[in-house]
Amino acid sequence: MNYISLSDRDIKEMLAKIGASSLEELLCSIPDDIRLKRDLKLPKALTEPEMLYHFEETARRNKYAEYLSFLGAGAYRHVVPSIVDYLSSRGEFLSPYTPYQPEVSQGTLQVIFEFQTLICQLTGMDTANASLYDGASGAAEAVLMAYRLQGRRKILVANTLHPQYRRVIKTYTKNLDLTIREIMYSESGRVDFADLNKKLDKDTAAVVIQSPNFMGVIEDLKKISESVHNHQALFLVVVAEPVSLGILESPGKLGSDIVTGEGQSFGIPLSFGGPYLGFMACAKEFIRQLPGRIVGQTKDVEGNRGFVLTFSTREQHIRRERATSNICTNQAWCALRATIFLEALGKKGLKELAWQNVQKANYAFNEIIRLKGVVPKFDGKIFNEFVLEFERPWPEIDKFLRNKGIIGGLSLEQFYPELINCALFNVTEMFRKEEIDRLTESLKDALK
Amino acid sequence: MIREPLIFEISDEGKRAFFLPELDVPSKKNILNGVPTREKIEGFPQVSEVEIVRHFTRLSQTNYCIDLGFYPLGSCTMKYNPKINEKIATIEGFIFSHPFAPQDSVQGNLEILKTTEEFMAEITGMEAFSLQPSAGAQGESVGMMLIRACLEERGDPRKTVLMPDSAHGTNPSSAHICGYRVQEIKSNEQGTVDVNDFARTMTEDVAALMITNPNTLGVFEADIKKIAEIVHSKGGFVYMDGANMNALLGICRPGDMDVDVIHLNLHKTFSTPHGGGGPGSGPVGVKRELEPYLPVPVIERGENQYYLNFDRPKTIGRVRSHYGNFLVVLKALAYILSLGPKGLRKVSEIAVLNSNYIRKNLEKEYHLEYKAPTLHECVFSDKFQKKHGVGNIDIAKRLIDFGLHPPTMSFPLIVHGALMIEPTETESKRDLDLFVDAMKQISREAKENPEVLKSAPHSTYLRRLDETTAARNPILKWNKEIEE
Repeated sequence: MNYISLSDRDIKEMLAKIGASSLEELLCSIPDDIRLKRDLKLPKALTEPEMLYHFEETARRNKYAEYLSFLGAGAYRHVVPSIVDYLSSRGEFLSPYTPYQPEVSQGTLQVIFEFQTLICQLTGMDTANASLYDGASGAAEAVLMAYRLQGRRKILVANTLHPQYRRVIKTYTKNLDLTIREIMYSESGRVDFADLNKKLDKDTAAVVIQSPNFMGVIEDLKKISESVHNHQALFLVVVAEPVSLGILESPGKLGSDIVTGEGQSFGIPLSFGGPYLGFMACAKEFIRQLPGRIVGQTKDVEGNRGFVLTFSTREQHIRRERATSNICTNQAWCALRATIFLEALGKKGLKELAWQNVQKANYAFNEIIRLKGVVPKFDGKIFNEFVLEFERPWPEIDKFLRNKGIIGGLSLEQFYPELINCALFNVTEMFRKEEIDRLTESLKDALK
Repeated sequence: MIREPLIFEISDEGKRAFFLPELDVPSKKNILNGVPTREKIEGFPQVSEVEIVRHFTRLSQTNYCIDLGFYPLGSCTMKYNPKINEKIATIEGFIFSHPFAPQDSVQGNLEILKTTEEFMAEITGMEAFSLQPSAGAQGESVGMMLIRACLEERGDPRKTVLMPDSAHGTNPSSAHICGYRVQEIKSNEQGTVDVNDFARTMTEDVAALMITNPNTLGVFEADIKKIAEIVHSKGGFVYMDGANMNALLGICRPGDMDVDVIHLNLHKTFSTPHGGGGPGSGPVGVKRELEPYLPVPVIERGENQYYLNFDRPKTIGRVRSHYGNFLVVLKALAYILSLGPKGLRKVSEIAVLNSNYIRKNLEKEYHLEYKAPTLHECVFSDKFQKKHGVGNIDIAKRLIDFGLHPPTMSFPLIVHGALMIEPTETESKRDLDLFVDAMKQISREAKENPEVLKSAPHSTYLRRLDETTAARNPILKWNKEIEE
């Protein structure tokens, strides 16, 4: 196959116009000694039907979809209204570039403006950006932002922040002179206050807390915020499961200075980890340090309302090495999907969605902990995930469940060596009662 | 014309677009006792499904896009996005797979990632790839981190990164966040790096040279091997920004030019859609020496199956969750398979032909600051038109009236009033001619009727927008009070 639109005659005419005798002649500026003197070693071209066959065959080697899976941990299976796929697949949304020319990009720009508004409403913050790559890199960008704002060199990170997010923060800050210290969790699964207060001091630039945290437990943001602000540090709240914002009080109301998170839950399929949707919002006074693109409202010469990319003096194409971040291409199309999703769910729908998650996860949790041989690891309130501790080795139980067609929770020992035989289970609105009961029954058999 | 309101302005109590099934487990009221909850989300919209569909359909119609026409944004490689690739990226076995799925249950996905890495390595002549970076800029940071990690192990991370003054703005920014000082190299009169000058600039305090090849003028850095030799002789690394890889497919390979690290932009060279600003994907390729530092996990091909290797003591770590923008990678792989070795070479040959055709047709009307032969793009300036008080912005905005997208204007910084034109290989002669004719007419208008350019565009949903006011009096979200 090819996607060339020139006929042989076109090529001839064009070469004649240029005054070249061959296509080869146009490449004369590339020295001979670095030319590739053979064909690339790649499979020969496939036609459309062959490609479809090939990829469907490859997809069938993924057996995951055959299982009833309770995996979550920052990537969630939620309902996606059909209008999300339908509208987002329009070429007018899928195939434009970044909206640098506002007169021919009002669609994309207005969608981003609506997205920024929705993120502000959800997080309770003043200003949001147009998106970042994902929740993990968003958390790292928030840490860098706090460092720029504060000039202090110590960052405290709850160790119940998603392990991948913590790893990314470490990678992003490695070459800067920053100290990252972790705060322990307590028996409730929430941040250990004694540890937090012990580590907070005048060098602390920011404290990073995820809520609901990686263990599924909802943090007491208000209380943490008081401690953090007593030390004039910034309070960074990470939301890895943003459906929770449909029912939980917004972080902004509870004292956050910067809120960042993962928007995958809003209409973006699991997709083996990407593309996802990082979002970030902050208090008004910090906007000059916010990374990424921002859309603002303005007027055209006739006085009509319109939208443009703004505050670009923060960005790399103007400010070069002094930019707030090097990010340019972001996740605009994923932000479009989230915008359609949130507008479709609406005020009532999102709340109900969040409520169903809390109800179903708690139902599953309460059913399972009645079984012998399993106990809840933490006693804090949960949103849609929970950690169970098993008497028998988790790999045995996991294997038993797999044989019953179930992928149970995520083993936590790989991230937390002390959490032996503990697994993290996720239950969303997508699980019917029969499916939850099937998990309980299977676990009961496994624990016999 | 209908002025499409913001969704919040058509919202009203009680309207709904989506309904969840009734809760099928026993409902417990006090389940969140003690946790602060919200009564409602202040300002959140309530609209019907029809309203949403019309809202987004109308908004979409105010966008220009590659499906609609010619999009000559230099350095952005706005080529056609094949629809079969989109279809492949909706196959349920791919999109429903969880990133933490047991590895034996996602062998198809791991095969896709590994195969793509190997194909990228063959295309670029590099020895190992990581698909983790989410876009070009993140690829650049990863590349710089790899270099730094390797130098640190040798005992000195060094202080400086060199780059030509024609570099894209992300290059300095990426070097900076990796803790390096940026030093610019002045381009010579051909617009390229001068080897003799460069030999004097390169020191043992320089960690890397970041170079784009062909550079942002579309000119091939023919001395790249000599330049690389100089860098290597002082113990530094050569980083190549692969943004312009569309000129080189199957013709020459960065690896053979002695480049040590490269990033690719799958949303440019490999046809994945830009989505109005993302998602992209910015894989990083390296030579053997830098391979131990690649982000984790690394995908390995075992005897009977693929697996993820996290046990990499020298790794720089992670720059995002999971394995990268998987679906974008999938589309790029589909693209490579659909073209094969001959088709990929043809891509670059025709991209170069199209660009040179435009250059030839416009070289009388528009000033060409650098006369060296160009490959896939060419950079004119507004120098001739400036005499009539018309700048590149006016030319760009007037192009919109002809149903065309403007070229890139924000760089390279070495050309004042730049018009950077990259047609790509997918355009027909008819579309190229439409562009050429429009540009010629605009050049005439600049002399005869400059006002028509300065007040352009005339045909769009909105006229020229006031970007200064947007920055001065920021309104960054809708709120009821402002509107009233």
